[in-house]
Amino acid sequence: MKWVGLIAVLFTGGLLLSAMDDFPNWGDAHSPANASPVSQYFIEKTIEDSGVPNMVTAVLADYRSYDTMFETVVVLIAGIAIMAILRVGNQIPRGARPAPVSAPASVNDDHQDIIIGTTCRLLIPVLQLFAFYVIAHGHHSPGGGFQGGVVLGTSFILAAIAKGLDPALERLPETRYVKIAFVGVVIYSAFGVACLLLGENFLDYGVLSVLLPTIDAAEARSHSMLGVEVGVAFTVSAIMFAIYANLASKGELEGGL
Amino acid sequence: MIWQFDIIILIFLVITAVISLRVKDLLAASMVFGTYSFLICLLWAGMGAVDVAFTEATVGAGISAVILIATVYNTRRDSSD
Amino acid sequence: MGETFKANVIDHFNFWVAVVLMMIGLYAMITKNNLIKKLIGMSIFQTAIILFYVSAGVKDGATIPILEHHAAETEQVEAGEHVEGHPVANHEAHAINPDDYSNPLPHVLMLTAIVVGVATLGVALAVTQVIYKNYGTLEEDEILAKIKAAENDG
Repeated sequence: MKWVGLIAVLFTGGLLLSAMDDFPNWGDAHSPANASPVSQYFIEKTIEDSGVPNMVTAVLADYRSYDTMFETVVVLIAGIAIMAILRVGNQIPRGARPAPVSAPASVNDDHQDIIIGTTCRLLIPVLQLFAFYVIAHGHHSPGGGFQGGVVLGTSFILAAIAKGLDPALERLPETRYVKIAFVGVVIYSAFGVACLLLGENFLDYGVLSVLLPTIDAAEARSHSMLGVEVGVAFTVSAIMFAIYANLASKGELEGGL
Repeated sequence: MIWQFDIIILIFLVITAVISLRVKDLLAASMVFGTYSFLICLLWAGMGAVDVAFTEATVGAGISAVILIATVYNTRRDSSD
Repeated sequence: MGETFKANVIDHFNFWVAVVLMMIGLYAMITKNNLIKKLIGMSIFQTAIILFYVSAGVKDGATIPILEHHAAETEQVEAGEHVEGHPVANHEAHAINPDDYSNPLPHVLMLTAIVVGVATLGVALAVTQVIYKNYGTLEEDEILAKIKAAENDG
């Protein structure tokens, strides 16, 4: 089996490596990928179309908004799938399950450590504030809904690691994080439906300027991007915490790492 | 991008990838995989892909290492290969 | 020597390493016996593809794909508030040269791919935990042997 695998891998890799000479040079500004009209349009017209300096955010949340919406749905479905998979056949009584192989009792009982507790109490508010900054400032600096959402989810994961899963789940129980995840997708699609109702294409934010008379179409695009990034952040943060909480406790949401 | 840094990081990448697949302790493999993610995050920051680097730093080096370790904790540490 | 080294090696080194990492990941996915090792190989394969895409978007001498901040304020300057302020900067901000910024399109595609990648890794790890619960092992050959034994019994 190892030899079959090795031959298959070497054959594929050899074919790819032999094709590498036909590739444009690394850093070539006029390679087909970099000189394509689509990429050049994004670089040149972003500031005119929406006034957002960070092109990555503009392409993510405006030009390729449809794509991003369904990426968010994929993350949501993955989170729901993890909860479903881990709970299949969990109706077995507790004593009949195989005992965990590597669970020293001291790990679970040692959540009162003063250094870890104090560090986390100081660190978690800063992390959450930084997450909101990353979400809100994604137009002008690296960041946006995905990154800010993951940082926000990480702050809950840190609380779960430091203080145990149960205190973290008291703050963010399962009914609540599932609701938050769905609310994020609903926020995102609500922007698209609002555009539809105002007579434009789905997720074509320019038309939303009629709702706020003081802004023009470019500003409407900029503000709508912030709105959909908030939706993305809701879903991603809730699902990241859901993934950790379920995987660390085998879907039972008690005990944990 | 400074190509000397690029080459050094790429060589370290291959080394950490091989180590994380060769080591027999799955907890160590997960930790080395976190290192791999952090190195590739450095590489992307150097190539000018700052948003991708930020995402990789939070997701790759943070979440995926943590969920791998959570699974290793709930299953077993030793591996046959 | 430096020039020929650059022409022969640097120009394609990123793509070579992407292929090598892809081979490492694929080899691990095919031949490793442990399920978690297979998943680590899958993640390495995935980062190799992302490395390939991001390398294709690099431009020599280009900066990050974020416009300088005064570019957003050119309209106020243009409206005549202080015309003599920065005529050169103003002119440059108005004509954005695509060669000055790296290609944002691969970054966007790969940014979402990373987040979706960790979500799918979570699903795979959940399946691994269920397999461990049912078979008590993570080794592929032992799992196959147990499935065969169960089939022979039934």
